[in-house]
Amino acid sequence: MDARTITAKERMAIPRQKMPAQDPVERVGNFREVNLGLTPEQAQQEALRCIQCKDPVCIAGCPVNIKIDQFIKLIAEGDFMGAVRKIKEDNVLPSICGRVCPQEDQCEKVCIIGKKHEPVAIGNLERFVGDYERTSGQKIDPKIAPPTGKKVAVVGSGPASLSCANDLAQYGHKVVVFEALHELGGVLMYGIPEFRLPKEIVREELDGLRRMGIEFRTDVVVGRTITIDELIGEEGFDAVFIGVGAGLPWFMGIPGENLVGVLAANEFLTRVNLMKAYDFLKSSDTPVFDCKGKNVAVFGGGNTAMDAVRTAKRLGAEHAYIVYRRSEKEMPARAEEIHNAKEEGIEFLLLTTPLEFVGDDKAWLTGVKCQKMELGEPDDSGRRRPVPVEGSEYILPIDMAIISIGNGSNPLIHQTTPDIEVSKRETIVVDVNTMQTSKENVYAGGDIVTGGATVILAMGAGRTAAAAINEKLGGTAKNFNEW
Amino acid sequence: MYRIVSAIFLAENIKKFEIEAPRIAKKRKAGQFVIIRIDQNGERIPLTIADSDPEKGTITIIAQGAGKSTRELNRKEAGDSIADVVGPLGTPSHIENFGTAISIGGGVGTAIAYPTAAALKEAGNYVITINGARSKDLVILEDEMKAVSDEAYITTDDGSYGFHGFVTQKLQELIDSGKKIDFVLAIGPIPMMKAVADVTRPYGIKTVVSLNPIMIDGTGMCGGCRVTVGGEIKFGCIDGPEFDAHQVDFKNLADRNRIYQHEEKEADDTFAHECNLTRQA
Repeated sequence: MDARTITAKERMAIPRQKMPAQDPVERVGNFREVNLGLTPEQAQQEALRCIQCKDPVCIAGCPVNIKIDQFIKLIAEGDFMGAVRKIKEDNVLPSICGRVCPQEDQCEKVCIIGKKHEPVAIGNLERFVGDYERTSGQKIDPKIAPPTGKKVAVVGSGPASLSCANDLAQYGHKVVVFEALHELGGVLMYGIPEFRLPKEIVREELDGLRRMGIEFRTDVVVGRTITIDELIGEEGFDAVFIGVGAGLPWFMGIPGENLVGVLAANEFLTRVNLMKAYDFLKSSDTPVFDCKGKNVAVFGGGNTAMDAVRTAKRLGAEHAYIVYRRSEKEMPARAEEIHNAKEEGIEFLLLTTPLEFVGDDKAWLTGVKCQKMELGEPDDSGRRRPVPVEGSEYILPIDMAIISIGNGSNPLIHQTTPDIEVSKRETIVVDVNTMQTSKENVYAGGDIVTGGATVILAMGAGRTAAAAINEKLGGTAKNFNEW
Repeated sequence: MYRIVSAIFLAENIKKFEIEAPRIAKKRKAGQFVIIRIDQNGERIPLTIADSDPEKGTITIIAQGAGKSTRELNRKEAGDSIADVVGPLGTPSHIENFGTAISIGGGVGTAIAYPTAAALKEAGNYVITINGARSKDLVILEDEMKAVSDEAYITTDDGSYGFHGFVTQKLQELIDSGKKIDFVLAIGPIPMMKAVADVTRPYGIKTVVSLNPIMIDGTGMCGGCRVTVGGEIKFGCIDGPEFDAHQVDFKNLADRNRIYQHEEKEADDTFAHECNLTRQA
């Protein structure tokens, strides 16, 4: 079908294209990516489903306002490189966002087609476009404005920092990114597993940023190796953006939480993703709890919990449970991830609350005492409050417990920079229009401001901050549409 | 990459390295540590900074070959490089003029006790050091400790050098001598630190220990290094590594440090086997 001659009826007759995926039975035995991506034919078919609204609400549904209608139109016309250019005006990391954004709660949620049919698969198309560029051998790099002579330090190298660094570089500022770990990418590297976001993709997207002249320095813990005041002072930076994420895992505060075999999702995932512990004794010297034939329970219902439980299954767990105190409807994880987890044989113990971890005489975990819950009246969050069912306690035998109930804010930066104001929850307080903190020339965005949220919200905050920093530094407004 | 400027064995299996890391050398304070990674496949290993030279831009670390990674580190020589050195991490030692301060180092723990002893001396304390080892060949930093001490004692378990006995016996002797002791710092194996805490507790002497929990990032992100102090969960990497010895749950620390003992042994055996093969070839 031709994009120019297709009728409205023909458009509506095209079914939403199903992305090919690795078979569930096969994929629990490997760490390769689950979803395999649309074919060019599928992408074009899917793009034809878009009716090109005059006033596209999907754009407002996107935290970085990608010109969704325009890039989809280019795909429909078969101009894939044109689509790459269009998307990169607003988002430099399409291969990443196409994979990990919760499109069903953003652009696709408001898609007009979705009112009667399934919404246009905007996320899958974004992913297609990003991957098309990566595999085409042609690199599309944005135009960089002439050097302004200004220098900006970006702290952390996760999604908020990368999107901020990208925009700042395009404005013509010199950007240096400081990362505490030995690898760049933040949560994209240590948190999100290979089977959901291959690390090679993150590395390739980082290479694109390097080509723009952005400098990256690993092994620098801002707040310890160097302070914010030193960056602005003797190091001569004109502004600083803090995008360090929410990296301080919460625990549940129940008895037995310090038994051997109870760990935070951050530790488990970092060992496996960043330190490659799944390849222990071969390409990695870092061990991880041996899950083979064991029972592993993950406590929590978010995307990180799904990542952890599916990782445990891939490491050979006999039973891999999700223990969540509300029902599936209240789970913060993406529907797609819950679906994938179920397909892979993850067992969901819903309306179940852990009361206490129990262990043997060597302090190794042997089980968790759980209590069944039922849903009562709605609470402050609008979700029905889980209420304990008396007398429903039982012991679930487990060998490893992974706590995945969220993260607080890391105190390293504000402890050493007292004039940066923080909230009661220790998140950095900013003016939401500019992302400026209480300290002159210091901006912040992403999870360190909002608490644990999504990759794309962090990227949106990074862009907002970049625009405000540029204005502050007297840079000219760049037309991001110019390539 | 971070270049090793010098590498010398202080005792069998205990090696001292000076490594180029100018930013860390400038910043570090007593009690802080670095995390190093030997190569691309390497673990992240936390090691306390024993000393630094801001002029030369170097830091000193002392490592005992205890598992695969530390044995591999101890094969590195001057001129070699390691992939990563990050720091300084952890909260610096709380240093003030307490009056009379005793700094106790057990085994390779002396490497960690030394910089704090030096800082205590500089703050005006009357510093007594007790440097304990299993036997004479394993005594390290004897001259360095002496140089920062008003009184310096060596103890060996087998009596081959100095006082015959444990550091705790020497400590008890000093307490019994009627000396007013205001502060004790003890760094070494977990049973030693626990024993020191037990000795000082009845006298109410402020006692601090430096803990060595398992950790990955060292910045608070992984939560692996959590320790129980005063019944509360604390993170070794950011709240510590130094804590009030009388509040630390040493059993919990010892238990938690055993989580990977099976894997560590496997890695160590494989490494030893590979070394033998290399030697034969």
